[in-house]
Amino acid sequence: MVLRLLHRAMVFVLSVLAASVLVFAFMRVLPGDPARVALGINASDESVAALREQFGLDRPVVVQYLDWMRGMLTLDPGIEFISKAAIGPQIADRLQVTLILVAASMLLAVVVAVPVGIWMAVRHRHVDGVLMSAASQVGVAIPAFLAGIVLISVFAVRLGWVPSGGWVVPAQDPVGFLQRIVLPSIALAGVQAAVLARYVRSAVLDVLREDYLRTARAKGLRPVQALWRHGLRNAAVPVVTVLGLQLATLLVGAVVIERVFVIPGLGSLLLDSVAQREILTVQTVVMVLVVATLLITFLVDALYLVIDPRLRTGSR
Amino acid sequence: MSDTAGRTVLAVEGLDVGAGHTPLLHDVSFSIARGERVGLIGESGSGKSLTALAVMGLLGEGLHARGDVRLSGRTPATRNLLEVGEAEMARLRGDAVSMVFQEPMTALNPTMRVGAQVAEVMRIHGTRDRAGARARAVELLDQVGLPDVAHLARSYPHELSGGQRQRVVLAIALANDPALLICDEPTTALDVTVQATVLDLVVRGVQERDAAMLFITHDLAVVATVCERVLVMYGGRVVEAGPVEQVFADPRHRYTQGLIGASDLTGEQGRRQRAALPTIPGTVPAAGRFPSGCVFRSRCAHETAECATQPGWTPRGAGRVEGPGRAPGGDTQDEGAAGYACFHPAGDAA
Amino acid sequence: MSEVQGAPAGGVADTGRAPAGGSAGRRLNASLVLGGAIVAAVVVLALLSYVWTPYAPMRVLPVEPYQTPNAEHWLGTDRLRRDVLTQILVGARTTLFVGVVAVGVAAVVGVPLGILAAMSPGWLGQLVMRGNDVLLAFPALLLAIMFAALYGGSTRVAMIAIGIATIPAFARITRSGALGVMRTEYVVAARAAGRSPLGIAVRHVLPNVAGLVIVQASVSFAIAILAEAALAYLGLGTPTGQASWGRMLYEAQTTLRSAPHLALIPGAAIALSVLGFNLFGDGLRDWLDPRLEGR
Repeated sequence: MVLRLLHRAMVFVLSVLAASVLVFAFMRVLPGDPARVALGINASDESVAALREQFGLDRPVVVQYLDWMRGMLTLDPGIEFISKAAIGPQIADRLQVTLILVAASMLLAVVVAVPVGIWMAVRHRHVDGVLMSAASQVGVAIPAFLAGIVLISVFAVRLGWVPSGGWVVPAQDPVGFLQRIVLPSIALAGVQAAVLARYVRSAVLDVLREDYLRTARAKGLRPVQALWRHGLRNAAVPVVTVLGLQLATLLVGAVVIERVFVIPGLGSLLLDSVAQREILTVQTVVMVLVVATLLITFLVDALYLVIDPRLRTGSR
Repeated sequence: MSDTAGRTVLAVEGLDVGAGHTPLLHDVSFSIARGERVGLIGESGSGKSLTALAVMGLLGEGLHARGDVRLSGRTPATRNLLEVGEAEMARLRGDAVSMVFQEPMTALNPTMRVGAQVAEVMRIHGTRDRAGARARAVELLDQVGLPDVAHLARSYPHELSGGQRQRVVLAIALANDPALLICDEPTTALDVTVQATVLDLVVRGVQERDAAMLFITHDLAVVATVCERVLVMYGGRVVEAGPVEQVFADPRHRYTQGLIGASDLTGEQGRRQRAALPTIPGTVPAAGRFPSGCVFRSRCAHETAECATQPGWTPRGAGRVEGPGRAPGGDTQDEGAAGYACFHPAGDAA
Repeated sequence: MSEVQGAPAGGVADTGRAPAGGSAGRRLNASLVLGGAIVAAVVVLALLSYVWTPYAPMRVLPVEPYQTPNAEHWLGTDRLRRDVLTQILVGARTTLFVGVVAVGVAAVVGVPLGILAAMSPGWLGQLVMRGNDVLLAFPALLLAIMFAALYGGSTRVAMIAIGIATIPAFARITRSGALGVMRTEYVVAARAAGRSPLGIAVRHVLPNVAGLVIVQASVSFAIAILAEAALAYLGLGTPTGQASWGRMLYEAQTTLRSAPHLALIPGAAIALSVLGFNLFGDGLRDWLDPRLEGR
């Protein structure tokens, strides 16, 4: 088991390295000069050259890459081209906001989707189960930003119950914080909950057909007890995969939702940097998001080993 | 109805099972006495497993059962199991009646240690406290012949072989000393070398508890070694019943005759014909596609116009060794201990 | 019945044609019919926009802005006095175009990679799949934002970014399907007979994974529509002046209170087409492989 964990950890580290090369290649090696992009088309050649020199963009690509990597590893990726603001602290601040938003959405999605998915599976031959399943199919099709816009127009604009956007630090103003996080997390969680519920349904349906569930019934457990004690842990294996994928999707989904609700998270930083052509910032934020995604995949793999004893020894 | 004798553990009367409008079991009746081991044989699709699941109350969604099923374990059977609710049925399952399934590879929960799975059945029924159940689970695993049980109890199913897993399933089934044990092809999925050992364990476990057993198989040789009495099923009906020696040596129903002819049971005739085993012509029809009247007539060489009506049950007295001590009388099939349903029986009666 | 169910997905598609209908166990299901109808409707509307729209596309009309749906303008007019129905029709073109190109790019690259990974069990297959996993960490939206930072936002950048991000999905599904085909007796026989790997890939593997790929294409199409809409909404996709449902949503956001229909109409168009492609994919999978029905 320890060996397998080490193996997965190695794959994670290698993937991060590969991803960093990919990000760097996309941003630096592909045609397009970051300094030129930053200063705009009308900038003079001298000012472009000055910026290139200041940020070492005239050095060999490999040196630039290693420099950037060192910056990432020491958590100090440098300063912005134009504003000269340090990138590291900005990312740290914004990441906090995004993580709170993502965590709230994930929690909401799981709390709604797991019971609903189980219900849909158990009642899959009944009218209510089929109706819920159809509703979830529709839910999957509604983009988060659309849900956000509709929520704002109803609850913020028309009813005026909550502000239409913005952000306050939870510790400073808990009520204001809750008011502002409700709509974005519902918008972000909606689609995820619909997708997740469909996976839970299918995983539970699979488990319901398993022989060991019949054994559990033959032991004297009632159907619901049998599903609870013997089914859910086994159904959790495929669901955990989906949860991991969803967490990654949420991170990127947050980029759009932060724009809808004017939340100063990592996504807003990314979009602002794109608008201001701060290539180094874009590159670093993208890398943070990618590393987070890979980290989630790694953690999901590790979680499997805990849930499913068959994987620990590798024999199935 | 007639379990006053007290020795009858399971009494099934007129059991019908259907899926929608498709009948799957028809008028199945039999009874098993305490300490008696009854085999249920037939080709796949004949309704053997369905009978067992109906008794257990574990029929799948969309299947419905009618008839009368009574079980007297520690308490006298006063209620029809087909009419009691799921809650009461669950109290009986794993306690008064338990079951061993065919496929040991998938019958155990892959994410739970085997010891815990054995202990669980005692915890469910409150037979023992937590510590007691755990200790007893190890004992039971030892009794079914598993090695190094203290360590083995802490393993997961995937770490065990098929034969070992089936022993664990048997330990679960025997944990609460059931009055009736149902085995559905318990050795079919196992290697030939371990089949005999597991069969021996099953018989020993049942004998030690003086329990009744319903043993489902398509392997006649197994029935001959394990059971005292046998029920032959085809097309969802019991077509012949009687003591093993009688039915195997002198079958009456043409289906039973074909079944025995197609197996290589030891016997003069069987040996001589081994070179070319006769088979029953045709295949078992799909559920609901059996002919009216005698269900076997579509494959029977002796079919006549008469066979288009359902043949009655002809009781057979001879060789009935201390059958289930039920009061005689009732309709003819209630005499189900020995008899057959065929217009053109083989053997002496022909 | 049981023989049909036992066959691998698309196993009857040996000739390379789509598996023939009419075999036992294959019935048209509600998802397939409904999804197919929605997809067909979107395609018809997009095609219609080439020959007829109520008003000239993107034309500013001498009428009141912010009209709600009425006889003159069936879906109303927007802030810039343009006809909404016309924009929806032309927007369907953009949506389909982005979907077709993105899914095309992904399939053309992903399917051969998947077959390659399945057919080369050694380090090469491993490398392809590991690379695939790394690419999987780049969602379409993130990749598109990255590209937009360098090249500016445009429909073309959006299509290519979404396409690249969708490659892993195709590679994965193709690989798992191809692995199954490689174990079949006729492929083993073909290999034993010394047929070239390329020949086997084209003659045996490709036709048999076609069903899986088509299902994946439908599902990916839905994802591409969502990604394009999100990009346009962020101002990084289709630029101003071109019709796009996401763009319409973006422009409507400032007038949510006074004219909510300007947001709701393109929103509904996006949701409905995504629903259509999802249903179509689900229905197609059930139709190709009845064993999975009801999942």
